[in-house]
Amino acid sequence: MIRRRLPQWFVLLLPAFIVIAAVVLIPLIFSLYSSFTPYKLTRPSTLWTWVGTSNYEKILTDAKFWTAFGRTILFLTIVLNVELLLGLGIALMMNKITWGQRTLRTILMFPMMFSPILVGFQFKFIFNDNVGLVNNVLQSLGSDSALPWLVDGKLAMFSIMFAEIWMSTSVFAILILAGLFAMPRDPLEAAKVDGCTPWQSFRHITLPFLMPFIFIAMTIRSLDVARAYDIVQIMTGGGPARRTELLWTLMSRTGYVDARMGLANAMGYISIILSILFTIYFFRKLSAARADLGMEG
Amino acid sequence: MTEVTLSNVIKDYGKSRAVHGIDLGIADGEFAVLVGPSGCGKSTTLRMIAGLEDISGGEISIGGRVVNELPPRERNISMVFQNYALYPHMTVRENLGFSLKIAKKPEGEISKAVHEAADILGLDALMDRRPAELSGGQRQRVAMGRAIVRRPDVFLFDEPLSNLDAKLRTQMRVEIKKLHQKVGNTIIYVTHDQVEAMTLADRIVLMRDGHIVQVGTPLDLFNAPVNTFVATFIGSPPMNLIDGTASGSDAIELVGGLRVPVPSNARGLVRDGQKVRFGFRADNLMPEGHAVQAGGEKAELDLEVTLAEPLGTETVLFTDIAGHEVQAKMLNPRPVRSGERLKFLLMLDKCHVFDAASSDAIRG
Repeated sequence: MIRRRLPQWFVLLLPAFIVIAAVVLIPLIFSLYSSFTPYKLTRPSTLWTWVGTSNYEKILTDAKFWTAFGRTILFLTIVLNVELLLGLGIALMMNKITWGQRTLRTILMFPMMFSPILVGFQFKFIFNDNVGLVNNVLQSLGSDSALPWLVDGKLAMFSIMFAEIWMSTSVFAILILAGLFAMPRDPLEAAKVDGCTPWQSFRHITLPFLMPFIFIAMTIRSLDVARAYDIVQIMTGGGPARRTELLWTLMSRTGYVDARMGLANAMGYISIILSILFTIYFFRKLSAARADLGMEG
Repeated sequence: MTEVTLSNVIKDYGKSRAVHGIDLGIADGEFAVLVGPSGCGKSTTLRMIAGLEDISGGEISIGGRVVNELPPRERNISMVFQNYALYPHMTVRENLGFSLKIAKKPEGEISKAVHEAADILGLDALMDRRPAELSGGQRQRVAMGRAIVRRPDVFLFDEPLSNLDAKLRTQMRVEIKKLHQKVGNTIIYVTHDQVEAMTLADRIVLMRDGHIVQVGTPLDLFNAPVNTFVATFIGSPPMNLIDGTASGSDAIELVGGLRVPVPSNARGLVRDGQKVRFGFRADNLMPEGHAVQAGGEKAELDLEVTLAEPLGTETVLFTDIAGHEVQAKMLNPRPVRSGERLKFLLMLDKCHVFDAASSDAIRG
């Protein structure tokens, strides 16, 4: 009797296949499928109604979605750039320190150690228009109006960005500092002899060397910021009147508050494109910068 | 005129002193080599001339202008580093032209200067490559090209060949010498390799522990070392040194009982009973019949060969005089077995005597 046996490699890989299917693949397929249905959490039977691309059509013409989409991109752009500039500045200064640098490096990581929820609460208090720290300081300095930090649309966006930047600038600072540590000293000395001013040395030698590190930080942070949810949810809840609505607060509202999970999943699939595009863009930049330095392979 | 003058130059790192007030004048167009064992302060001295290290005391002037407080870019020097220090993100062409670009020279002038340098160093085929795509020797040539392009007053070389393999090192040594003959600038070159120093230098500056031990032409240092340190540092194999005591003023009794007359250059300068070290080079101890020059005073020694190192054109013979290992040279090599006894001739007029206590040379 010939018993057919599964190939050994398949048997050995089977547990991994099963785990990945259960954890990643099936939820992914399920959510993709449900984005083509009018699935409502409160009426499970709606899962079996196929509506084709109707959810997607609805989203593409939905001004609320596109406002949140645009606001998320604006949020990303401002936060990433400010974090880059601050992080670069901090790293350059830290690199000059000869005494107590280790301690300072540890202190620099403190904001990253807090849960974003706590950071959200902390800044919600700081920016509170009645009892908040900022308004108290402003008033004791002689201003008589209380600024509506978390109520005015622009000010609320600013406050959220401020919290996000406070929490995560150190990602840039740490990665750029690592780059500065790894940097060979010789080319800088050669540049000095070649006639560079300190600014020119930075511009032509240090910065190109740091670019790969900057792009790694950018990639990590763009994924982080694109899914910004917790800080926003705590500080403003996307409000007031959707003035600080970002993609993920919109999605969670649609999915869990309005219970329209099918629609929310469709939004998720559209907005994931945003993250993928950012990632591709920064990875391209990263490999170009690495190739420039002869670091490929 | 771009002579370089160091007067009483000092370098302190915290409490320890790396360079102890050295005085040195390097003439316009001279090829000066700073040589010495690692930690002797030669690189520090060079970096002070370049402006990469602060000067703790004394004065450095280039072309008559005191440069102590000037940043490197205002000293009109260029430097070739041990690790090449090329800009990794620039092509060879950009590396060569960088200093001129920074100086905002017109495009045409830059490309002309870059081409000239590439011509001199044979870099034409490599112009669009990046440093990562070059071999060690090619990188070194680019580093030299980058130095030439600026047309500096003084070239500084900081152990430029120590990362290359032996064959390439010999080859690049020749190229550096040719380069000097072609451009004729003042060159200050740092190395720990005495062969490089001997072959390249117009003048060698031998340093130890932050002091200058001896300055002179390669042959000065080879033929008239001021102390045993110079005698053993310069020349390969190092000079043989045997302890002894002066017996009267015209003979030395070496440990082990062998008596040799005081060499002519030290005659009358040793005191009876003075502890001395008797020195001679391997080239001056030869088996009888092997290209020994006629004339001159010689001592005959009957010695047993412990080891032979054939080098092709010559063989270095290891032997033993009164318990000291001594090297000799056989200029028309034939196979020599260990344990073979040969009659050696010692050229007495080429020998040196050093005071044992101070290790300074005793020479008239």
